[in-house]
Amino acid sequence: MTGVQRTVTRTVVVLLAMFVFAFALVPLYDVFCRITGINGKVENTAQAMVRDSIDESRVITVQFVTRAGAGLPWKLEVLNRQVRVHPGAATEVHFAFTNHGSTAGWGRAVPSVSPSEASLYMRKITCFCFQEQRLAAGERLEAPLVFQLTRDLPDDIKTVTLVYTLYPVDDKPLATKATSVVPGGET
Amino acid sequence: MRNLAGVVAAIGGSVWLTRSALADGWNMPLGVTDVSRDIHGLHMTIFWICVVIGIVVFGVMFYSLFRYRRSKGAKSAHFHENTTVEVVWTAIPLLILVGMALPATATLKEMYDAEDADLDVMVTGQQWRWHYEYLGEDVSFISNMSTPRDQIDGAAAKGENYLLEVDQPLVLPVDRKVRFLLTSDDVVHSWWVPDLAVKQDAIPGFVNENWVRIEEPGTYRGQCTELCGRNHGFMPVVVEAVPPEEFDTWLAERKQAAAREASGVDREWGMDELMTRGQKVYESVCASCHQVDGSGNPPVFPALANNPALMEERDRHIATVINGVSGAPMPAFSSTLSPVEIAAVVTYERNAWGNETGDIVQPSEIQSQLE
Amino acid sequence: MAPKLPPQQPLQTPAEQGNDGAATAGHVNEGYHHGPSGLMRWLLTTNHKEIGTLYLIFSLSMFFIGGIFALVVRAELFQPGLQLVQPEFFNQMTTMHGLIMVFGAVMPGFVGLANWMIPLQVGAPDMALPRLNNFSFWLLPVAFTLLLSTLLMPGGGPNFGWTFYAPLSTTYAPPSTTFFILSLHIAGISSILGAINIIATILNMRAPGMRMMDMPLFVWTWLITAFLLIAVMPVLAGVITMMLMDINFGTSFFNAAGGGDPVMFQHIFWFFGHPEVYIMILPAFGIVSAIIPTFARKRLFGYASMVYATSSIAILSFLVWAHHMFAVGLPLVAELFFMYTTMLIAVPTGVKVFNWIATLFQGSISFETPMLFALAFVVLFTIGGFSGLMLAIAPADFQYHDTYFVVAHFHYVLVPGAVFAIMAAVYYWLPKWTGHYPNERLGRWHFWTSVIGVNLTFFPMHFSGLAGMPRRIPDYALQFADFNMASSIGALLFGTSQLLFVLMIIKCVRGGEKAPAKAWEGAEDLEWTVPSPAPLHTFDTPPQFHHREG
Repeated sequence: MTGVQRTVTRTVVVLLAMFVFAFALVPLYDVFCRITGINGKVENTAQAMVRDSIDESRVITVQFVTRAGAGLPWKLEVLNRQVRVHPGAATEVHFAFTNHGSTAGWGRAVPSVSPSEASLYMRKITCFCFQEQRLAAGERLEAPLVFQLTRDLPDDIKTVTLVYTLYPVDDKPLATKATSVVPGGET
Repeated sequence: MRNLAGVVAAIGGSVWLTRSALADGWNMPLGVTDVSRDIHGLHMTIFWICVVIGIVVFGVMFYSLFRYRRSKGAKSAHFHENTTVEVVWTAIPLLILVGMALPATATLKEMYDAEDADLDVMVTGQQWRWHYEYLGEDVSFISNMSTPRDQIDGAAAKGENYLLEVDQPLVLPVDRKVRFLLTSDDVVHSWWVPDLAVKQDAIPGFVNENWVRIEEPGTYRGQCTELCGRNHGFMPVVVEAVPPEEFDTWLAERKQAAAREASGVDREWGMDELMTRGQKVYESVCASCHQVDGSGNPPVFPALANNPALMEERDRHIATVINGVSGAPMPAFSSTLSPVEIAAVVTYERNAWGNETGDIVQPSEIQSQLE
Repeated sequence: MAPKLPPQQPLQTPAEQGNDGAATAGHVNEGYHHGPSGLMRWLLTTNHKEIGTLYLIFSLSMFFIGGIFALVVRAELFQPGLQLVQPEFFNQMTTMHGLIMVFGAVMPGFVGLANWMIPLQVGAPDMALPRLNNFSFWLLPVAFTLLLSTLLMPGGGPNFGWTFYAPLSTTYAPPSTTFFILSLHIAGISSILGAINIIATILNMRAPGMRMMDMPLFVWTWLITAFLLIAVMPVLAGVITMMLMDINFGTSFFNAAGGGDPVMFQHIFWFFGHPEVYIMILPAFGIVSAIIPTFARKRLFGYASMVYATSSIAILSFLVWAHHMFAVGLPLVAELFFMYTTMLIAVPTGVKVFNWIATLFQGSISFETPMLFALAFVVLFTIGGFSGLMLAIAPADFQYHDTYFVVAHFHYVLVPGAVFAIMAAVYYWLPKWTGHYPNERLGRWHFWTSVIGVNLTFFPMHFSGLAGMPRRIPDYALQFADFNMASSIGALLFGTSQLLFVLMIIKCVRGGEKAPAKAWEGAEDLEWTVPSPAPLHTFDTPPQFHHREG
């Protein structure tokens, strides 16, 4: 192999590796977020409860905000807008999904935590956000969230906000999916 | 020498101008919070460090250019390296950088302070307006640019606060810690008020937070700073900071108004009042995309005037306003407009611009779809 | 790595191989005949000089097209209010201006210079892969015709800024976005192939006796740039492929509704984007490091530290990307990390500036046009560096971010930075390319109008930014009016003064004072040992390189 061929082969290998790396960044980014708490991403699978003793010296305010994304005639409400919890204690909060539409459909509540560092210490033992929800027309569904803030939550975090945005799930058959001409239009 | 004199004059001139014009809108505003003043101080410190470095570096450079001109018979020396000098001019910048990093780190820590806030405001970006919600207070509203189109097109004289004025400013108390939670309904926006030194991206599906403790009452203006589409330049932020007691009164009034608005659902509304109210809502919320005359901006923003499909499907029309369209710039207005407003605007859209369907949509009908 | 030369020249075209035996002693052989003539000659050429010329002409055309877009933007911003264009079109203009200047003008300009000068500077007969070289050039006109054609498509061209943040560039993008992605893919492939060729040439085809640490700095900086290209262009390809999939195949990489994350787009984009910024400036460092010693008639100070500084800048460029994202809501630790790494870049960059000034110190300096541009580069790039340092300070960046202060900063490093360096290179090497000196009088007029134009355009942007003007807005509040008017007048001056540049080039190609092989008294590198104009084929017999002692 001449020097040129060797150089070209090596650069092409690096090239391909970098292309694969770009796609590997997607899962790596998730891992990275979970390690550092960037962007307030939370685990989307159930976690085991940590058997901490309860730290009664601290009280953390946990707020819940629910929002409607576009395109789904549903409402997501939280029944306790704000709770005060001790680190280490498990707490249950109730949410209610209501389908105001005239057909059944699928929706997903996408969570986000602020401050983002808090996502590292937020353990969700049960959450409706782990899976997509199916609601029949007019159906109302109450769903619990059981969570725990671990005791190693940094001292300077005193308020944690959890925001759930409700989005339609497009790849499931969704009879009321808004399409075409009126009035929102398409892009 | 021309370039020497020119550059010295340029540098000297700009230093003088920046210095003398600090208060005249040439520099970063000092702002009205602890953080904004710290940032301003940091900015000025680093600016002056750069000026000093610049004077030294360019001084040596222009001295050399002047002194060692070939036209004056300069002969070149032969040195081309000197380890001591090279180590020194690597080490000195490092030390200067450490000197800059220390105050910067302190300010940054201050900005990330997470003490409990007295008031939480949820700020939601939408193409192309802001929605504010006072969390736990049942008060929320949309804030739209109020500069008339005539001024933008040059048909009318531009007002003092051209492009930086809104129909409903965000009212905040002074001397209380206000926490902002920011998110977006569509694309990435960024909420910025220079005097408060708060700039934070609003990202769809995610929530960010920032906070402010304003020290002086006043009106503070800013803009969206992340390109968010066509009307990115027409998405101002106006904050009105008022004394705490005044704020409490204002909030109580807003709560009453919200209650009145909610009770409006219970009664039967007439065509005229719905049309009047609907036109107001339409022009503040819908017209930026669908145009004042309902002509829209196809293909992205469909026309609402003379749109037979829309006129035939009354229920779908209502549902789209309430729920929005996934993947399109049509947000779900159920979270930002009251049932009365939705009823009024749909009634307006179905009866304005020659859309004479005669349909009346009652607030109670909207309410029933939301519960 | 030990210097190597290919044992034979297996990569030459058959037409050229017929002449191998005719190579005479010395490195010049004027006896070649050409293959096809006319248009086909340019379409099929594998000669590094002809391809270099094609790249440079392409780059100049794109510079004018991108410049016209910039003038549309500046004309709209001349006064408050909307006068000439609507916001939709304004956004397309800012976006296209950025894309064309970055991918169409600056990068191909540097690649053109590399094609022309790297073989001449390392004593190689041609690039290592001449046919690939032809292919990588001809991809560019295809890519940019496609990109420009999106402006005529329904819904218009890309309107989401050259950084194309999702979801504005995916869910909310115009239908032409798929073509935009395709054109960027093609341009990216062109850059990658060019980079492979440059690396292969530099590593394998240096003249006997030339060690790595003997290479001219332009060659060194390009080698490092080429490695950066190999490392990050695939990442760009990856991120636009993800966009393509989000738009057309229903994936949700960047769509929160489907479980994706718009912020991840920004992380991946800037992982490409920050090294990309250095791709556009490192070759400029090499050019200035050739010109300043020539006209100071003194050897470059600190050659080795220049090489190390360039390498450190390249390595650091992978660790600073999130300084573009200080306001997206990073946790404190991330803000601190990226602030510190970004500040660190000031150290190697400072070393470079100090070295250039030390080269001037006790030199014997004359001020021909290439030197004027190189000196303006040092001053104005340093000013861009200062504003860069200010932007690195994360707390202050919350006020600077996405304002005209940022616009001022990156235009200072790109226009009187990268673009002035390319112009300096053109003035410097035109005698070698054409055999004629550029017209000094025209050159000076071009230089002074450009310097005044550039500063009048971009200096006021510092003030409008600090005073609170966001970038990418088609209309602005009244307090920014004076700054914008000044910027627009400056832009018009800078734009029109580039016609002088074209005039100078045309005059220089047609005639002018004859240049000898060593066109500049203080010039030292190998390219000055071949005649001016450089014959089509040079260094068929490799020159023996004698490195300088002491």
